[in-house]
Amino acid sequence: MNTPENLLYTQSDEWLKKEDDGTVTLGITDYAQHELGEIVYVELPEVGSTVAVGDSFGVVESVKAVGDLHTPVGGEVIAVNDAAPDSPAIVNESPYENGWLVKIKPDAEPDTSALLDAAAYTSYRG
Amino acid sequence: MPYSALTPADRTAMLETIGISSADELFADIPAGLREKARNAFAEMENGLSELTIKRLFTSLAAKNTHVDSAISFLGAGLYDHYVPAAVSAIASRGEFVTAYTPYQAETSQGTLQVIYEFQTLVCRLTEMEMANASLYDGATGLAEALILAATATKRKRLLLPQNLSPAYRRVAQAYLQGLPYEIVEVAYDKATGAIDSQALQTELEAGDVAAVVLAQPNFFGVLEDAQAISNAAHAAGALLISVFNPLTLGVLPAPGSYDADIAIGDGQSLGLPITYGGPGVGLFCCKQKYSRLAPGRLVGLTVDAKGNRGFTLTLQTREQHIRREKATSNICSNQALCALVATIYVATVGASGLREAASQSFHKAAFAREQLQAIPGVELAFSGNNFHEFALKLPVPVAQVNTALQHAGITGPYALGTDYPELKDTALFCVTEKRTREEIELLADTLREAVK
Repeated sequence: MNTPENLLYTQSDEWLKKEDDGTVTLGITDYAQHELGEIVYVELPEVGSTVAVGDSFGVVESVKAVGDLHTPVGGEVIAVNDAAPDSPAIVNESPYENGWLVKIKPDAEPDTSALLDAAAYTSYRG
Repeated sequence: MPYSALTPADRTAMLETIGISSADELFADIPAGLREKARNAFAEMENGLSELTIKRLFTSLAAKNTHVDSAISFLGAGLYDHYVPAAVSAIASRGEFVTAYTPYQAETSQGTLQVIYEFQTLVCRLTEMEMANASLYDGATGLAEALILAATATKRKRLLLPQNLSPAYRRVAQAYLQGLPYEIVEVAYDKATGAIDSQALQTELEAGDVAAVVLAQPNFFGVLEDAQAISNAAHAAGALLISVFNPLTLGVLPAPGSYDADIAIGDGQSLGLPITYGGPGVGLFCCKQKYSRLAPGRLVGLTVDAKGNRGFTLTLQTREQHIRREKATSNICSNQALCALVATIYVATVGASGLREAASQSFHKAAFAREQLQAIPGVELAFSGNNFHEFALKLPVPVAQVNTALQHAGITGPYALGTDYPELKDTALFCVTEKRTREEIELLADTLREAVK
């Protein structure tokens, strides 16, 4: 299981990356894509929409399961990865890089106290 | 919990709960005379009737019906009297098709799934749309589902329904959308042509927030719309175009896909299904592929099994309807399998050339009938628009009066448009299909000529 050190993780298997410009990028973890199996459908929010902490911001469906994506930060969706709905396999192949899902501009300093670091996530899912 | 049938105590408790003293009060809306009659009929059957008696009874009741084989029908208005080759019912009644309903473990019934797949394929080819589902109950519920899809996809709230769309479809749409945060807006028709009033449409589009524009081709008056122009206007305003089509007419008319309809729905009754006192029909539902995730009902797909053999499977039906029910955009999980089967067999039997023939003959015979009837003194065309196989005539006397005269001549007469449109008093909607002969049309003209004198 690949769990990069520079990311934060949720217990529902999303990852969060704090960018230098204050935005955050979200995706699903390597563990999640592996458990889901072949991903066949990704639904993402519209750019410009707003989300609150805990909201469902999209859907990932594989050949065997379907799950809502929940955001650990609230704010405005400033970008979505169009490549993911177009070719969902990208999320399996590269969950942390090419398979990122949305970028959010937080409406406040994100509260990351409930998030796990790489070590904690690894032991949580290990 | 033990199962026990309704006891007198249960009945009393239920009646008390709803605050009435006897079950009879539930039927208070039925005139007392009729209730009395029903009670007597049941009393007569108290001790049962013999099979022979029952057969005689029902034969005599059935003989009271007027049907398309006992009277010459010039009635359309949503259900159409087309010729159905004998092979259709012979094949559809084969034992293998008796349980045409999709079983819960659908993939164990490959034959049923294959029929549905072929149904979807022929609907796509007929409409030139990217996808068709396994069918819905009827055209009217198909329209309601299409409206919901359009509102969901566009995140807009106003749905434009032309007044020249079937009143039954409009009523079903109103009922179906109750409780949803959408607004149905009626668009006027042009009193001269009978087609959608393009100015009224433009005004409603400019008012904004329009999710969909509905267009019936042909419309309820039998008049043909400028589908391409309406499609362009809808799209320019960011709205979807929902085309309500009659599949049989597509043997001749341009397909909904050709004028860029986003969703196309219709009733498949004209494809080999009998009229049977108003139903069942079969709802045809098609849309662009990008809306497949929002489409109601089920979809059968072609796949390969573990050994690489061709097989059929239900696709796109699990996500919202089973495991994410709270996110579902429709609660329709089933389809009208038996009627879809009949439609499939009909189209396969008559083929493309047969469909063209039925459509073309209906069109030409209707044109001939219109000419004959229009020539009758006092009778005039209600609308100047082009017709397919239905046309409206303004009569000098009430439609009911004409229909009584026609009935005496063995003819089922036209639909009285005044029933739904007060401004169209004494206006009759005639339908002529490929089944009508020159002699029948002439009999209609002669009888009408006498009736309006």
